Parts: sequence; structure tokens; C-alpha cells
Amino acid sequence: MSEITPDVVRHLAGLARIALTESEVASLTGELGSIVDNIAKVSEVATPDVEGTSHPIPLQNVFRADIPGVTLTTEQALAGAPDHDGSRFRVTAILGEEQ
Amino acid sequence: MSLIHLSAAELGEKLASGEVSSVEVTRAHLDRIAAVDTDVHAFLHVNAAALETAAAVDAKRAAGEQLGELAGVPIAIKDVLCTLGMPSTAGSRILEGWVPPYDATVVARLRAADLVPLGKTNMDEFAMGSSTEHSAYGPTHNPWDLDRIPGGSGGGSAAAVAAFEAPIALGSDTGGSIRQPAAVTGSVGVKPTYGSVSRYGAIALASSLDQVGPVSRTVLDAALVHDVIGGWDPRDSTSLKDEWPSFAQAAREGARQESLAGLRIGVVKQLDAPGFQAGVSQRFHEALELLASAGAEIVEVSAPNFEYAVAAYYLILPAEASSNLAKFDSVRFGLRVNPAGGGTVEDVMAATREAGFGPEVKRRIILGTYALSAGYYDAYYGSAQKVRTLIQRDFSAAFAEADVLVSPSAPTTAFRLGEKLNDPLAMYLNDVTTIPANLAGIPGMGLPIGLAPEDGLPVGIQLMAPARADDRLYRLGATLERLLEQKWGHTLLSQAPDLAQSEMYAAETGAV
Repeated sequence: MSEITPDVVRHLAGLARIALTESEVASLTGELGSIVDNIAKVSEVATPDVEGTSHPIPLQNVFRADIPGVTLTTEQALAGAPDHDGSRFRVTAILGEEQ
Repeated sequence: MSLIHLSAAELGEKLASGEVSSVEVTRAHLDRIAAVDTDVHAFLHVNAAALETAAAVDAKRAAGEQLGELAGVPIAIKDVLCTLGMPSTAGSRILEGWVPPYDATVVARLRAADLVPLGKTNMDEFAMGSSTEHSAYGPTHNPWDLDRIPGGSGGGSAAAVAAFEAPIALGSDTGGSIRQPAAVTGSVGVKPTYGSVSRYGAIALASSLDQVGPVSRTVLDAALVHDVIGGWDPRDSTSLKDEWPSFAQAAREGARQESLAGLRIGVVKQLDAPGFQAGVSQRFHEALELLASAGAEIVEVSAPNFEYAVAAYYLILPAEASSNLAKFDSVRFGLRVNPAGGGTVEDVMAATREAGFGPEVKRRIILGTYALSAGYYDAYYGSAQKVRTLIQRDFSAAFAEADVLVSPSAPTTAFRLGEKLNDPLAMYLNDVTTIPANLAGIPGMGLPIGLAPEDGLPVGIQLMAPARADDRLYRLGATLERLLEQKWGHTLLSQAPDLAQSEMYAAETGAV
């Protein structure tokens, strides 16, 4: 059986920056447990002699010439922002009080 | 025949000859959307500038400009693709109302070829799902039976073409999101070779799997769209620099081809499984007989590691998605939710992502975060990468014995809305037939092969070819399409039920 407990889900949600409710933690604990039990079978055939594949079509050294291209203007980049000061994105405090 | 029932190729001919204008064609489709989309809900946004764009194309033609084959033809665009002037939400609340400051490369290419964007189609949130029920804006309904799913994630694009709201559309396919909706709606869809169509401006789900492709009612139309959108794009570092043949030419040659002698078609044993719906298996085997009677050699091939494909996929996809979706952080675009009493930027991110993501997205982000965490990485993500190698080897061995591989596109016909919504695992298993092609990067096509006798709903066949051999799909797909339509005496979609105009629209136009 998997090791998915409510505490594991709370920890993962913290890492993923999602403020789950307690009822979501409860339902995800059960769902993820059964999903993980089913996908853990990959280890049955993943023996040490098999190389991993990260990308389906092998590609190497995808470079372009180091010449400035066309980029978004500041105005375009800020157009969809929830808050900005005209030249920068604006956010709330970066550090908490205890920091 | 009314304008909405014509294929994109037929519309292109009538537009070129001056028999109809793009404004007329576009208006016919906008009228159809107004008449049926309250019920079907294929569209999240209808392009207010569509008629203006159509008029501009008509003006170019009138001025004697040389235009492409699809110039003036309307097209629907999956909402995962960034579009100037139209919101692009990927079906998520977190991007509600967001209008991108740039076009996806494929959209820019449509515009450059003078196609007319009709609007943005519904999808499972961030393309996570097989039914469009995970859209934050409500599900799309299958035009064959409004109580059933249109497939997913690209159910909106498939339903739009199947309901004659658009002749063609764009989709994206990470684990079957073009091919499975094609199967359950009786339409055609192609997942091209990985890297052959640009993903620049496609909101990423799983970057080693995602591919943009065409959705249509005919094989030729899919090929025509593929010719417009495909090819190298310097803005996508995974884009292939290959020169591609004309897929439209391949489809036209295939449609004329009388004999399939010399073609070896491999049936993947593991994807012709006893657990599949009886009518799906029956129509699949009838299609094989039809191909054999045209001279093809049918061989059985084995892909023993396909058994592990779904498991590997549901490790690789969530892992990559958890990373890709980190960009939705309430800073640069989309929703921002300030928690009660304020808080740090991290508190704001967490509150925003809690409010902005739906349950399936949260499920996969948490799963991916787990799969990538220290101590589990090798056992899960590392093992899944190895399974991917084994599946590629299975394909290599199979393609040594066959030129094209085939399977049913999906194990069942369209299931009922709500049927699998609360059973994520059952929903995931629905993609068993389509996932292997994404893991290996090879191209796949879904096209209709009949209706299941037990429920009268469409059944699809999946054709798969080696990487870079997309032309084989169009050639064989067009031959099979012609053989089937000769046998039936009609297209499959001509058998779809008439969609009653919604009462509201009927009242507005004075019909009631």
C-alpha cells in the first residue's frame, strides 16, 4: 500500500503552493493512495539495465544566433498582470513577520 | 447542401471560384453556433471580429491576390492556444478573461494563410481529462447524444466540427486529447509527430508529450490544416527542422488509391483487448477486413510493455505539469486572491491556486509533486522514464514488421456525463489506446469506422506511423475513409441526429 497520509498531502500542497481545505486533503489522500498503488507497477519492468528516455525525439544543442529578437513591450508584458506600477509587477510582502 | 455541411476543402474551392464569399461562409457558421451551441457548449468564446476578418479576406481576393487553399475558411481554436484579441483560458478559472499579448505560432500561421478564427473551444482544465467535464466553464455535450461526453480534453473542438459549427479546428494531444474526442464524436483528428508542429503559445501541460494538431470531418481537411500549421519554428526549441511533404497531396493520393497491396498493417495485440466494448471490437475487425479486402496484409504485432504505458504516463504527465503550472502564481497574469487578513506573496499564491484550480488540476499537481520529491524520484519518475524507453523499443520492433499500426481509438463509445467524474482512475484508463504514441513521440490519426450496434454511437480507429512518417497516416486514412463511405453510401456524420435549435434562439428568430 502507498504511504499517502493526510500529512503527506498537506506537505505536498505546501510545496505546490495550494491552500487545500481539510476536506480536500481528506479526499485527495484516498484518491492519490489508489492512484499511486496503480502506477507503482512501473518499477516491475524498470530494471537497472534500461536507460531512461526524457524526450521522445532526440535533440541536442538547440541554439540560436545571439542576436536580439522581437520581444514584448513592457506595456504588453504587464497587460494581464493582476497588479503593476506601470513598469514592474506589484506583489504583497515577500517576507513574513517572523523572517 | 448548406454551407455548414461542406468540408473545408469544398469551401475552399467555392471561395476560390467566387461562388460564395468568406463573409457568407463565416456567417453561416456563426448562425449555426447561435442555434446549437447553447446545447452543445463547444465554444467558450465566439470571435466578435470573425465577419470583419472574413470581409478582409474577401477584399484581398477581389483585389486579385493569390490566396491559399483554405483562405476564407472558418476555423475553431482550442482554448489552450494563445490568441491575440480573444481570451485564452485553457478551461481554467485561474486564466478567466486573460487575453494574451501574442499569438501562438500555429494561430499566427492560420491568420497568415487567411483562415478566419471563429472562436475558442472548450476543454478540460489545462487539458487534464478525457471528457471536458473538468472545464471550469461547464462540460461540452456530444452532438450524437447531448447526455454523453464529447471526449477530452479537446471535446470542444471535436464537438464543434461534429455539430457543423466549424468545418475544421485546432486541438492539442498530450495523451489522446485529439484522437479520443474524434473517436467518440465521429470526427477525424491527428496527433502529428512530436516536434513537427510548433507549441510556441500553446499553454504547456506536459512538455515531453504535448503536440498541436488538426481536428476535422475529413482526412483531407486534417491534412490541409496540418500543411498550414506544421514546420520548424525557431521559437520552439523542440521544433524539428525537417522538410515535410504535402500531407494534402498524400491524402488526395490515398483517396484515389484502389489497392493497398504491399502495405503491412500491424494490429497491436495488447490494444485489441477483450475488455473493450463489443461494438467497438466488432467495427474495428470489420475495418480490418475491409483493409484486407483492398489488398493490405494484416499482421499481428505484440507490444508487451504497453501494459505499463498508462502507469508511466500518469507519473510523467503530473511531474511535468506540476512544474509547468508553477507559472500560475498570481503575479504576471490571471487571477489573484488575497487571503483574509493579508499575508506574504506565498500566502497569496496558495490562496490563488486554491481558488483558481479545479479538483483534477490539484490532484495532478500534488501527484506530480509527490513523484518528483526526494526519495521517490528514482522509484517513480525515473522508472517511468525507463518504461518510456521500453515502449519505444516495442514500437521499433512493431514497425519492423508493419508499415502502419492500428487499434481502436478508444475502448468504449462515448460514456455518459458524470459516469466517471468521481473515479479518476477509471477516467485515466480510458486513454489506454492513445497514450503509447505520445510516450514514443510518433504520429497517430483517429477516424470514424461506424456506429456501435448496441448504442448507435461512433467508433474510431487509430492509425499510427513511425516518427516523421505522418504522410502514411493521411494516405491510408484517406483510402480507408473512401472505402467506408463507398460501403455506407454516405459519411458517418450525416447520420448524426439533427440538433434542435435551442428554444431561446428559435424565439429570437421567430421560429416559435
